[in-house]
Amino acid sequence: MILVLRNNDINLQKDYQKIVKQSTPRPTIFKNCILAFITGGLICDVGQFFLNYFKSLGIDPIQAGTPTSIVMVFIGAFLTGIGVYDLIGKYAGAGSIVPITGFANSIVAPAMEFKREGYVFGVGARMFTIAGPVIVYGVTSSIIIGLIYYLLRL
Amino acid sequence: MDYLYAFLVGGAICVIAQILMDTTKLTSGRILVIYVTAGAILSALGIYQKIVDIGGAGATIPLTGFGHSLAQGAIKAVKRDGILGAFTGGLTAAAGGIGAAIMFGYLMAIIFNPKTKP
Amino acid sequence: MAKRIGKQTVKLQNPPSILSYASIVGPKEGQGPLGEYFDQVLEDDMFGEKSWEKAECKMLQETIKLSMKKANLTADDINYVLAGDLLNQIISASFMAREIQIPYIGLYGACSTMSESLSLAAMLIDGGFADYVIAATSSHFSSAERQYRFPLELGTQRPLTSTWTVTGAGATVLGTTSKGNGPYITYVTTGKVVDLGIKDQFNMGAAMAPAAADTIKTHFDDTGFKPEDYDLIISGDLGIIGIDLTQQLLGQMKLDINNIFTDCGLKIFDTEKQDTHAGASGCGCSAAVLNGYLIKEIINGKYNRILFMSTGALLSPISTLQGESIPGIAHAVTIQRTLD
Repeated sequence: MILVLRNNDINLQKDYQKIVKQSTPRPTIFKNCILAFITGGLICDVGQFFLNYFKSLGIDPIQAGTPTSIVMVFIGAFLTGIGVYDLIGKYAGAGSIVPITGFANSIVAPAMEFKREGYVFGVGARMFTIAGPVIVYGVTSSIIIGLIYYLLRL
Repeated sequence: MDYLYAFLVGGAICVIAQILMDTTKLTSGRILVIYVTAGAILSALGIYQKIVDIGGAGATIPLTGFGHSLAQGAIKAVKRDGILGAFTGGLTAAAGGIGAAIMFGYLMAIIFNPKTKP
Repeated sequence: MAKRIGKQTVKLQNPPSILSYASIVGPKEGQGPLGEYFDQVLEDDMFGEKSWEKAECKMLQETIKLSMKKANLTADDINYVLAGDLLNQIISASFMAREIQIPYIGLYGACSTMSESLSLAAMLIDGGFADYVIAATSSHFSSAERQYRFPLELGTQRPLTSTWTVTGAGATVLGTTSKGNGPYITYVTTGKVVDLGIKDQFNMGAAMAPAAADTIKTHFDDTGFKPEDYDLIISGDLGIIGIDLTQQLLGQMKLDINNIFTDCGLKIFDTEKQDTHAGASGCGCSAAVLNGYLIKEIINGKYNRILFMSTGALLSPISTLQGESIPGIAHAVTIQRTLD
């Protein structure tokens, strides 16, 4: 029984959050997962196609990953530029966020968006709003891993 | 056959992220950070290479694969150059992807304008 | 202090009359169920400008000009313009005031700005401080999205609880009682900030529902009205979830308004067809619905007395990152066709 809505009433907050939880529609996880699975799988197959192609050119299998990444990044960036990637993302969810094309999308989308704030502090700075943290955490983990590996070898 | 495995492994990696997004309040940026870090750690533990052996591009195209190449780059460079390699190896290995993303990102931003969602 | 009744309500003794009203909306809003009610529907949400911020400002400016024109007034006649918007440092409103030379009071009440500005305008007139006042506000989907959420081209999924920011602006010209023939503003209930600890910025309805319930309850307590005294109680942008939660909270307080309670955010879009999930939001939502649809229908006689209550979520991108919960607010204004 709620009579007065007071801001710092912890019990009221708990009760209310319970009501909110009950009244909030649950995301259609199953459907979302199927769409994510199919899109994610297909994007990886496109990657596999290019990987196989670069290997067939005689590039060392380990080295072939780099041109594949570059091509996939280009595809993601281009689809973002022509305004298609956000439409894919609406249905695919994580299926188009997690592949490296999604990483490209996360760079191009803010870069385009902030062009009106100038090419240096608009495009140049804002393109890393999402990709920046990814690079920071990725590179830092790799350095820590390298250091641990070095110490273990001593 | 490698297409099937790439599809299955890549799809599965994406589904894990989808479940994370739908059940928690994690936004796409946080998912990417978690994935790149998780990829690097799994790679260091020697697990991710096994996933790559099965899934091929299905394991290298998702951002966990980006973490994997960062970690492997650092480890290989330590073997070759010692402690300095820990600092140079990761970025060297990932330089292609990052460089392409920055260059294409800049290019696309110059060419295209964002459009309102319908 | 005869004008004050109860804790938070003012009964206007010389109820200001609505002299004119105007609304301009974006293309998506024009395709919605209320499309034909608006004065102007933009074909392109850039409105011929170079950025969305500039487009929003122009939209607000044009709406205000239109409202003055409809009332046969010029900028020189107007004593105050009260306006606000969602952008940082309310640039749409302030840059509008740079062009329209009317004494300007900038307001920030997030999406509650329409009823906030209307309340203050009505009190300024009732107090005898002004003859003509304009209350106006605007929002723009694309400028709000980039400030509060993500870049437009980022491939993300909008949660089912999220709402769609309206591209639109609305302006109401108020004058002293004798200057017009109604509808009139008769009561003003100013809301308190209520925050029950909701942190999910994609569920604004849940964050604002307690404030909405609090203001509605206080309004009925202060005025002694019963729900039967109203033909319609309409909130600003609670959306499907917010409406449901407000009704649940009011139910616990033993106040049943369910059959006359709706939300501007559910009126302006067809939530199913237009894929807006929980409904519409933004300053422009209640502003466009009030100045496009509601006032027209009051004049046409569909409603005699309504309680118009814009709701606002007073968060900022920084407060969200710092893990703060979302404070909600709701201001209610009674609008009636005739003075009885």
